Amino acid sequence: MTDGILQSAPPLSPPQPRWQRLWIGLFGTPLNAAVTLGCLALLGWAVPPLLRWTLLDAVWVGPADRCADAAGACWAFIGEKLRYILFGFYDQDRQWRPAAAGAILLALAGLSGMPLFWRRATLWLWLFGLAAALVLLTGGPAGPAVPTERWSGLPVSLLLAVVGLVGAFPLAVLLALARRSSMGGVRTLAVLFIEVTRGVPLIAVLYVATLLLPLMLPAGAAIDKLLRAQIAIILFVSAYLAEIVRAGLQSIPAGQYEAAQALGLGYWQSMRLVILPQALRTVIPSIVTLAIGLFQDTTLIIVIGLFDLLNTARTAAKDPAWLGFYDEAFCFAALIYLTVCVIASRYSLWLERRLRR
Amino acid sequence: MPPGALRSGPVAAVALWWGGRSGLQAAILALVLLGGFLLGSNTLANMERFGITPGFAFLGRPAGFEIGEALLDYRPQDSYALALLVGLLNTVKVALAGCLIATVLGVLLGVARLSGNALLSGLVQGYVELVRSTPLLLQLFFWSATFQALPSPRQALNPLPGVFLCNRGIQLPAFADGRAGGWLLAAIALALALALAGTVLRRRLGRRDALSGVSVAAAACGLPVALLLASGAPLQVEVPELAGFNFSGGTTVSPEFSALLVGLVVNAAAMIAEIVRSGIQAVPAGQWEAARALGLPRRRIMRLVVLPQAMRVIVPLLTSSYLNLTKNSSLAVAIGFPDLVSVINTSANQTGQVLETMAIMMGAYLTVNLAVSAAMNLYNRRLAARGAR
Repeated sequence: MTDGILQSAPPLSPPQPRWQRLWIGLFGTPLNAAVTLGCLALLGWAVPPLLRWTLLDAVWVGPADRCADAAGACWAFIGEKLRYILFGFYDQDRQWRPAAAGAILLALAGLSGMPLFWRRATLWLWLFGLAAALVLLTGGPAGPAVPTERWSGLPVSLLLAVVGLVGAFPLAVLLALARRSSMGGVRTLAVLFIEVTRGVPLIAVLYVATLLLPLMLPAGAAIDKLLRAQIAIILFVSAYLAEIVRAGLQSIPAGQYEAAQALGLGYWQSMRLVILPQALRTVIPSIVTLAIGLFQDTTLIIVIGLFDLLNTARTAAKDPAWLGFYDEAFCFAALIYLTVCVIASRYSLWLERRLRR
Repeated sequence: MPPGALRSGPVAAVALWWGGRSGLQAAILALVLLGGFLLGSNTLANMERFGITPGFAFLGRPAGFEIGEALLDYRPQDSYALALLVGLLNTVKVALAGCLIATVLGVLLGVARLSGNALLSGLVQGYVELVRSTPLLLQLFFWSATFQALPSPRQALNPLPGVFLCNRGIQLPAFADGRAGGWLLAAIALALALALAGTVLRRRLGRRDALSGVSVAAAACGLPVALLLASGAPLQVEVPELAGFNFSGGTTVSPEFSALLVGLVVNAAAMIAEIVRSGIQAVPAGQWEAARALGLPRRRIMRLVVLPQAMRVIVPLLTSSYLNLTKNSSLAVAIGFPDLVSVINTSANQTGQVLETMAIMMGAYLTVNLAVSAAMNLYNRRLAARGAR
């Protein structure tokens, strides 16, 4: 580039202060002013009624008939039904068990987010934690067994999502390796499984698991319905996770493969010690995004008649004593999903910045 | 690589595909086949135990259940095959309408997100976060409850002249004669085809002046309208009117379909807005600066420099969001819209032909998916080629 062009360009204006840029954006041109006024009008139309419904006219405590007269939301309903929405049909006097199991699952997910815990020892932590959560939910050695039909609410959502992701992991890594393998037969099998699974909706996979899986077993054998849903979710997620892992494998430069080979490492050794640790680290943000989607997708088990958080919230509003408070129930469930997902996506953004450094 | 792989020919190609380690591969393939065989034979034995004949003969039997809304003329005494086709068409209908509306809304929102107006961009960001952080099923339940909570026909909302919102659905004006609607659709399709052909021709001939553009537009609009008038179909438009307890005249969009469509569009538009934003932001700042240095005005920079490059990022992502919308339309089963999954579920429960119905369902989704991917890949290849030229 020659100096002549640069000199003929107008001098750069000094950087404007922040508030000035903000002002120009809001009212700088007639169009911007009109857009701003339009947005303000929209907010003015939507926000006051919403505020009145959620806060000002809301009923916070009291019986159902007090809510019937009020114009606002009936948060007393949530207070009354809180235990049902969170834990569903689980035995009333033993609900500390699903609460503890849910806390363990959340803690495991939270701890694994910290780079400090990205090491092999965390695997044992996971095995131990998952076993503890399952023992707590089933009733364990101490108490009477609680059948899975009574497992419901938030712990079920967490269980399906967390076990779905963790259970899919080994399968996904194998599928990703198979898809990049030089062996044509194995590669074709992996491609077929991944593409077919990604081509159908989760509901279809859930129906296959609930309707077809029992038929596929020898006569007399039966699998628990929740377990069937869990298997369907694991298989479904493994196809998506495999593609993420494959992207990670592709991002590793060929030199790493060659260096591992030069050190005399075999295929599995070089994968385990050199390639996979690097590949998985680069795709953690994508895995977090997948996990957020998976946590939301566990709601689909409603269509096969299982009770997750959304379903217990919905059926809470079917109680004759508190009939029809669907808006409140949905708002409460939405708040829980929103909290978990916003925290997770903020974490993913932070991680992406950290990994780029 | 074995030396033989370098030779060409079908045998060498197969050998290259197969790779090495035949023993291991054969063992894995045999294991998968054995597993499939075991599951299959179990299924057949169980079906025999329940007295179900495997095969697709049940498709010819009368279905015997009602379907709330159908594009075809369907009655309960019609066959299962027709019932499944009605379900598939309902899925295609909501997916097509959803993709179209979500694209328009998503592009607008994506551009709004990038605007210098902090208030507008903040509002769009809030919308996107809210939609992306709550389950789609929850959103569908919300829209379904909203459409059911609309007032009765007597107190129907009237947001636009001739459009009524009530708990029986959305009432819209329509042609009094059904044939006119068909002709109108044909005319719109013809107009789109003419416009596309004209644009391609214009580009091939290298004529890009405004005059040829106007003539293409005029031909694309004028010809179909002339055809529509010449068809002789009566063109009176009927406006829905309250008669007794319900509306008569015009056309009705059911509350279930409305809730599903609105839910899917609101969800997909948020995703598409993010795709459009990231696509435009992926164009390096140097491209903007270079175009500005050439003296191009802002509008033409966007159209001639930034958008063609952004499209190469946007189109593959857009494909997957169309596929997602199509797959997400299966959530219809939870809010009572008779889509393919819903009809399949009823059929499987009634006949016990679980294996066959599940195969049909998977096959249908895979076909739709492949069709959408193929169409979008074709478009994407054209885009990529134009960039390379």
